[in-house]
Amino acid sequence: MDLTLSPHELAFQSEVRAFIRDNLPADIKRKVEDGLRLVKDDMVRWQKLLGVRGWMAPHWPEKYGGTGWSPVERYLFEEELALGGCPRVAPFGINMVGPVIIEFGSEAHKRRFLPRILSSDDWWCQGYSEPEAGSDLAALKTRAETDGDDYLVNGVKTWTTFAHYADWIFCLVRTGSKAKKQEGISFLLIDMRADGIVIRPIRTFDGGDEINEVSFTDVRVPKDNLIGREGQGWTIAKFLLGYERTGIAGVARSKKQMQRLRTIAAREMCGGRPLIEDPKFRDKVAAVEIELMALEYTNLRIVSAENAGQAPGPESSLLKFRGTEIQQAITELLLEAVGYYALPYAPDALADGWNESPIGPEYAAPLAPHYFNWRKASIYAGTNEIQKNIIAKMILEM
Amino acid sequence: MDFTLNDEQRLLQESAERYLAKEYPFAVRRRLLATDLGFNRETWKAFADLGWLGIGIPEEFGGIGGSGVETAVLMEAFGAVLVGEPYLATCVLGVGVVRLASSPVQKKVLLPKVATGDLLLAFAFAEPGSRYELSRVATRARKNGSGFVLDGRKAVVFDAAAADTFIVAARTAGGVADSDGITLFLVEADAKGLTRRDYPTVDGRRASEVTLKGVAVDADAIVGAVDSGLPVIEWVIDHAIAAVTAEAVGIMSALNRQTLEYLKTRRQFGRPLANFQVLQHRMVDMFAACELSKSMAYMAAVRAGDRDADSRAKAVSAAKVQIGKAGRFVGQQAVQLHGGMGMTDELPVGHYFKRLTMIDTLFGDVDFHLRRFAGG
Ligand SMILES: Cc1cc2nc3c(=O)[nH]c(=O)nc-3n(C[C@H](O)[C@H](O)[C@H](O)COP(=O)(O)OP(=O)(O)OC[C@H]3O[C@@H](n4cnc5c(N)ncnc54)[C@H](O)[C@@H]3O)c2cc1C
Repeated sequence: MDLTLSPHELAFQSEVRAFIRDNLPADIKRKVEDGLRLVKDDMVRWQKLLGVRGWMAPHWPEKYGGTGWSPVERYLFEEELALGGCPRVAPFGINMVGPVIIEFGSEAHKRRFLPRILSSDDWWCQGYSEPEAGSDLAALKTRAETDGDDYLVNGVKTWTTFAHYADWIFCLVRTGSKAKKQEGISFLLIDMRADGIVIRPIRTFDGGDEINEVSFTDVRVPKDNLIGREGQGWTIAKFLLGYERTGIAGVARSKKQMQRLRTIAAREMCGGRPLIEDPKFRDKVAAVEIELMALEYTNLRIVSAENAGQAPGPESSLLKFRGTEIQQAITELLLEAVGYYALPYAPDALADGWNESPIGPEYAAPLAPHYFNWRKASIYAGTNEIQKNIIAKMILEM
Repeated sequence: MDFTLNDEQRLLQESAERYLAKEYPFAVRRRLLATDLGFNRETWKAFADLGWLGIGIPEEFGGIGGSGVETAVLMEAFGAVLVGEPYLATCVLGVGVVRLASSPVQKKVLLPKVATGDLLLAFAFAEPGSRYELSRVATRARKNGSGFVLDGRKAVVFDAAAADTFIVAARTAGGVADSDGITLFLVEADAKGLTRRDYPTVDGRRASEVTLKGVAVDADAIVGAVDSGLPVIEWVIDHAIAAVTAEAVGIMSALNRQTLEYLKTRRQFGRPLANFQVLQHRMVDMFAACELSKSMAYMAAVRAGDRDADSRAKAVSAAKVQIGKAGRFVGQQAVQLHGGMGMTDELPVGHYFKRLTMIDTLFGDVDFHLRRFAGG
């Protein structure tokens, strides 16, 4: 057992760090670090820089544009991105549909879609959930019926993140009427510009507008856009669940948020001294920091098993629920730190180019909306209750 | 020992619940959110006609001379539908100061108008650097003939934009965190030198940053004794805490009712969510959190009237800690158990959650009141 980085890994780390220092646009970095809202252009601009460097899809096979890095190197890369104030790379193309196309798609699919994912020319969104099919995904009802060389798609997808940015959506649709509901599900790629698609924005209670309802009425989709075979959709969805989830714990992003918390708590005053020196607050910060360490070392333990050739398994569910709990705990502390100045609601201050002077300290405006918004983290990508069900069933065999 | 409401209190509860259920559906609140002041003056008048604005006002000044329990009953009903009218600012904070400390003349001028809904008050006690410490007052009041001149900044003054008269805490003597040397002043909203920066709050209310620049007031603007404002502020804030803990109980009850209803109707995996034991236990914990909070809220409503300031402080802080923790748990879990629906702006759930979150911040959070309870 050796918990230090090798000279090679250290050199790799500085290489990544230097790249970020020299390339990350200052305006984007500031937005990320100040917790302001990113728009599509911010994310795409950064992703294109990664793409040009060849670092867009480290975990893909080299043949398709991957970097050939070890799991530890990939982990270090993710960490540097987060600590350096880079925007999260949108996961839908790179982490979701890309790997599916590589594993199950035809050569034509690969040629058609992968380069545009790597170059961030196509924005993807994920069409899994439906009003009646959330945790129980296999209850989905959206149908794709054969009509000559096409499918006609009818149904409603919901909670679709960034559908309003998207060029493409990958959907789970029903192509058969098999008795067992997991059968008869297929994985279909749909052009968002197709006739019959209507996007309705869903406002979240924090004031955000990331998610949408996407409805399909007689949407014509060429059969060429089917990935894998008809009825293979559930297998594909499960493959995706087990795929590349080491980043899911969000350890590095939480570390970055902890730094921010310390900075803010050093500036806030409580009883005539900086809040960070208040024993009660300091202890709470320390407690979360220790929880984060426990998560980090668990994450590293899983990564190192992967390094030794073990496939990632249901442990990723632990990383997900624990990771999001910690992220949420940090948003709580950030909110607490500013006292009454958590109250003013200044939505314009969350976007770029707000010229008015801040209400209260300049870091306060995003903290309450962020706390509210981040409640989503224990709901999306499989709720934390579902993650625990998975561990109970798959690891503990209960 | 009697924990039950008396006949009048029960009547108040029933009529408040009935009236608000009819007149204050969620759609009404949603419309209010988009208005400048965040509330409706006609509704305010209706509250006056119902006698609600005079609950804390003695009968001789046009009120009904109710106790903290009546206020709690009403606040609980307000919480259940998220009333946005400035009851806390005017009737709890404003009336509280005047009732406790004002001269008979001031009472006579102010209180009857509050009871009829013709006068709104705002209490400017917090400052940008004060956090929750009530004695940390940097705003200065310098003697000027028989009157004073006020200079300073007041933070997050609730419903200041609608207020006709402000009650401002300012320092007439001593250092910035001294207990002695704070004096309360009545300042007209249109006084020369008083400026506001108004904004909505994250829970859909309204507040303002208030700046005082050479604001001149006469001697008759002083509320209570010069240099002895702090005990008044503490007394009033303790009553306000009792009031918001009751509001929080109303919110938690509503959240629990709606969440339970959702679990019973929403089906996944071929059965209602309510069938999953892990969700049953969660719901039980939410129920327990609310029940314990309710006991503490009513305890605080009664004990806020204690003559002994220490015993009052302990009781009120204990209730605030309980409500802060319970509110966070219930709010978060109500969102969680609604899944994606819980994140929407469309459902009331998120709105309740936001108000509960902010109630934890009002007048001191869990840590602050833990420390106060422990005597630190
Ligand atoms: C901000 C946000 C973004 C999203 N983005 C996308 C996206 O881009 N694409 C997409 O397809 N989906 C997306 N989702 C949807 C997300 O995956 C679902 O919300 C999630 O799977 C839960 O489904 P549901 O909302 O229907 O809740 P439900 O499944 O109805 O769950 C409600 C509650 O019941 C609990 N529960 C359900 N079943 C069980 C059980 N068996 N045991 C114990 N507890 C249970 C849940 O944990 C939850 O607390 C997003 C959601 C959010 C909030």
